[in-house]
This record gives sequence, structure tokens and C-alpha cells, in this order.
Amino acid sequence: MVALSMAEAPSGDRSARARALTVLLAGILAVMALISLHVGAAGVRPLPVLADWLSGREVGLRDRVVLLDIRLPRLLTAVLVGAALAVAGALMQGLFRNPLADPGIVGVGAGAGLGAVTAIVLGALLPAGLAGVLGLHLVPVAAFLGGWASTLILYRVSTRGGRTSVATMLLAGIALGALAGAATGLLIYIADDAQLRDLTFWGLGSLAGASWAKLAAAAPVILAGLLAAPVLARALNGLALGEAAALHLGVPVQRAKRLAILSVAATTGAAVAISGGIGFIGIVVPHLLRLAMGPDHRYLLPAAALLGAALLLGADMIARVVVAPAELPIGIVTAILGGPVFLWILLRRRGLVDL
Amino acid sequence: MLIAKGLCARLGRKQVLQGIDFAAAPGAVTCIVGPNGSGKTTLLRALTGEIASTGWIGLDGADLRRIAPVHLAERRAVLPQASGLAFPFTVYEVVRLGLLGRNALSADAAHLPDRALQRVGLAGYGPRFVQELSGGEQARVHLARVLLQVWQPVLAGRPCWLFLDEPVAALDIRHQLQIMALARDFAGQGGGVVAVMHDLNLTAMTADRVTLLRGGQVLAAGPVAQVFSDTLLSRAYDCALRVNTPPPGGGAFVLPQAVA
Ligand SMILES: Nc1ncnc2c1ncn2[C@@H]1O[C@H](COP(=O)(O)OP(=O)(O)OP(=O)(O)O)[C@@H](O)[C@H]1O
Ligand SMILES: [Mg+2]
Repeated sequence: MVALSMAEAPSGDRSARARALTVLLAGILAVMALISLHVGAAGVRPLPVLADWLSGREVGLRDRVVLLDIRLPRLLTAVLVGAALAVAGALMQGLFRNPLADPGIVGVGAGAGLGAVTAIVLGALLPAGLAGVLGLHLVPVAAFLGGWASTLILYRVSTRGGRTSVATMLLAGIALGALAGAATGLLIYIADDAQLRDLTFWGLGSLAGASWAKLAAAAPVILAGLLAAPVLARALNGLALGEAAALHLGVPVQRAKRLAILSVAATTGAAVAISGGIGFIGIVVPHLLRLAMGPDHRYLLPAAALLGAALLLGADMIARVVVAPAELPIGIVTAILGGPVFLWILLRRRGLVDL
Repeated sequence: MLIAKGLCARLGRKQVLQGIDFAAAPGAVTCIVGPNGSGKTTLLRALTGEIASTGWIGLDGADLRRIAPVHLAERRAVLPQASGLAFPFTVYEVVRLGLLGRNALSADAAHLPDRALQRVGLAGYGPRFVQELSGGEQARVHLARVLLQVWQPVLAGRPCWLFLDEPVAALDIRHQLQIMALARDFAGQGGGVVAVMHDLNLTAMTADRVTLLRGGQVLAAGPVAQVFSDTLLSRAYDCALRVNTPPPGGGAFVLPQAVA
């Protein structure tokens, strides 16, 4: 009898499945990364070149440029941005206790965009000292601040006494997005020619402009945001029961909420700063994972990072291949893939979403 | 001991608690009764530190407001009047949230979530989705969760508390009795139980002490025999109530015969 109950896994416990799925996702991401190094106009074979490069041997100039200066930074950018968008979505949904909350949908992305555009257009007005300190990080940091401010406003407006109203959240998100969009338009209107070039490059919602320099500027901000996620996992699990219940389970609720907002802003802001607005990753990835392995944030957050990265890598390959030698902005690909999934989520939840 | 002195709390513009004295002892079941809006839930929320209040609250000799949430969570579990759930968790997962602070369960604790489910009459419900259960079943899932939170401490003889806001309001009569027996059991292990109740018969069968509220004030407090008098109850609820008297005209009435 004892032996039997020891052998049986507790039923309803999905943690073993979640761990197995996470390992699987890591494997998929690794394979996708290798494939993505292969895909491209120039026929470069990545593995031998990488091996040569790592062991310090001579690498041909063409191989070097294609692989190390174009494909590798692009690969890493896609991985970081995909992870950031998916984790930001999962965090925000946990914080707002609602699977429809997503930085792109509720105006946080637009706020981050406003921050980035402000930095590009008005950055020259900063005191030289401050601009010097921030350097390349100016745009991602400004995007982070924009995302932070809009998340804070959104949270204040839509949450009262620990309860979030879905309707208020979505409507406030529309208002915030529109406001940020208008302010962004105003800034673009007053921008000079050089700034406009920066802006178009930036605003495409694309990974085409990926470079080591941009990656170096945004990666620290994204990584800071991602590293906060595991710390928040338990708190978000508790918050799923409501703020009071979380408190009674020992969650330092106020501190956790502040950290979650910072983390959402950092991941969304820096992702927007390097790649513009890429939609739907933040809502589709956590939703699919909740279906597959349950909502436990201890597993959901790392798995979201992996699946988000893999999905964006895949979308980037599609973007590069379908109209080769030209390429589609990746935002279009994620919208075409993600839009229908989002509608499907809404259909499934119809009747549950109390507007 | 749980002791409150001169407890006052306001919600919005309303002074809901107006100088309440309250005491509950470990090893005993203490019930809070009173009409709708009399401040029972508010009192419970103040006693658990969920809402701000003035006046003294002492838990086992310490100032409640100075105990960090993490430490408090090891000493008391709270069942709110209504529980929400934002995402599709399974029954097992929600019960397991009772031990939020602990990552992996040790071998001797691995069976505890299932044990807790068994105690509330939900054996085998682990893999079901909570949102697909009936109201009463959902209420019992959350009961199992709060039970799990303080299960090990109470068995280890550490002082700990269960705060229950209308734990049986959604349950059928058999499960009402089962849950009240569970509360008695918990007190029997040395834990303290503070429960907000509407069913006066169940309260009479279960409670060691009762606090009767009306309009944010204590109308009476003491052993059941003392508080449950025709006059006090009639005054509190503002309707004619008789204790231990069959209904006039020989009408039918159903009374459970014992808890457990
Ligand atoms: N958030 C709030 N803001 C303002 N007033 C409130 C709030 N919550 C409760 N109240 C008021 O405080 C009083 C006591 O409420 P409380 O929830 O404590 O009642 P209760 O005794 O638990 O009632 P019930 O039996 O219906 O659960 C009520 O008059 C209620 O209107
Ligand atoms: Mg109440």
C-alpha cells in the first residue's frame, strides 16, 4: 500500500510534464538557431566557419562578414527579443491576473516606442554628461522609461483594491496607445532628416537593422528584466488567487508588483528599442504554454522565454525567405501568425471575458 | 492567544469597526456571528493584517503588525469569503499553492496535498480543473489549500491559526458537518480556529466561544450557552429568535445531530 502510493505521481501535478517540455523547447531553440545561421542569400556553411573562428584560425572575409557580422547578431537579437516579448506578456498577464493583458495590446509597447523616439529626436538636448554616461544605451533606457510610465498608469487606472477590471484595462490601454502614438507622431513631425533615417530604420518592426552595437545597447536592459522573472514566479502564482490570498500565503505583494512592472517595462522597452513593435508573441506564447503545461509561473516563465525566442527565430526565417532576396518586416509575419491565434483565444474565452 | 483591543477600521468613508475587543485561544474554535454588514469579514481581515486598523492586535504575544508576511504565512492560513482564480490551475496545483514558499516537497510531505483533499471530501479530484467544479467543490478546494498551509506546523505542535470566513456557506449539510469536524480536529491538535459563521445551529454545535457583532460593535462574547439567548440573538438579527424551542404549530425542522 505504501509502496503503491510512493510510486504513483500525485495526480493533477503537471510539474514533471512542464520540466520535460522545457527541455524539449530548449532543444527546439538550439536546432532553430542552427538552421537560422544556414538560411540566407549567401551560401555560407556556419558550423565549419564557427569552428575555425572559435579555434582562432583564419576565416575568409566573406564568411566572416556574413556569419559573424550579419547572421550572428541577428540570431542573438531574435532570441533576446523573442524571449523578452514572451516573458513580458507572461509577467503582465500574471500581474493583471488576466490572459489578455499584453504590452503590445494595452499600450505599453506604444509608451516604450514614444520613449525611444523621444531619445532619438530630442536626445541631443540632454546635458552632455548624462548623454555620455548613457551612450548607446540611451534609446533602450528611454524606451524602458516610457514602458514603465505607461505600465504604472495602466495599473493605477485599471486596478482598484487589488481587482483589475478587464474592460478598464483594455480601454485605458487603447487611450494610452493613442496618446503615445500621437506624441510619437508629433516628434516625427519635428525630426530632421538624419533623425528620420534613424526612425524609419527603427520603426519597421524588423530585425533587419540588427547589429552588435544595437545588441550591446539593449541586451543589458533585456537581461536585467529577464533575470527578475524567476524571482517573481512564486509571487505571481500567489497573485493568481487574488491579492489578499497572496498576502496570506506570504507574498510581499507590493514589492512583487513593483518589481513585475519594472521587469515588464525593461523587457518590453528594450525589445521595442531594437526591433520596433513586434506583436502577438507576448499573448500567444504564454497562452499556448498554459494549455500545454499549466499556469505555474515557475515553469511558465522560462518556457515562455524559450518558446518566444524559437518562435521569433522562425518568424524571422520566414520573413527572410518568402520574398527573398528582399525581406518582410517581421512584425507582419508575427501578426499573420499571431492574429488568428489571438482571435481563437478570444473565441474560447467568450462568455468568460466580462466586459 | 489572539487578542485584539479597541480595534477600529474604516473602509472608504465608513467607520466599519468601532472599538472591538476580541480574544481567541489556541485549541479552541471561536466563531464570529452577526447579521449581514455587521463587520464580521472586516473584523477577520483586520485580525489577519489584511486591512489597516487601529488598536492592539497580539498574536501569540507578538504585535501582529510587526510580523513579516512570510513568517505570518507559516503561522496562520486564511480562507477569504470568496476566492478567485485567474488561470486554469488543476485542483492539485491550487492545493499545492498552500505551500507556496516551498519549492519541492520532501518525501514525507509529498502526500500532504492529496491528504488535504481527502479531508475535505475531494479525494481523486486532483487532476480536474478548478474552474470546472461546482461552487461548493471549489470552496472545498480552497479549504484544502489553507489546511495544507498550516498542516505540518500544527502537527509539529507549533502555535498556528486558521481564519475561515464562512467556510461552509456554499456546502451541503453533510459537507458542512465534515468541515466543522475538521475545524474541531484542528483545534484538537492545539491549533486555533477563528470562523465567521451564519448557521447558528452549526455554530452552537462547534464553537467553544462566540462573538456576536452588530453594527461594527460587539453585542456579546463568551461561551455559546451565554451568547445564544433569545434576547441577544433577537436583538442582533432584528427578528424573533427562540433558542431550543420547536417551531410553533409543529412545523418541520431539520437539525444535524452532531459534528463528525
Ligand atoms: N470596501 C468597502 N468600502 C466601503 N464599505 C465597505 C467595504 N467593504 C465593506 N463595507 C461596509 O462595511 C460593513 C461591514 O462589511 P463586512 O463585509 O465586514 O460585513 P459582514 O458582516 O462580513 O457581512 P456578510 O454577512 O454579508 O458577509 C458593511 O456595511 C459594508 O457595506
Ligand atoms: Mg462577510
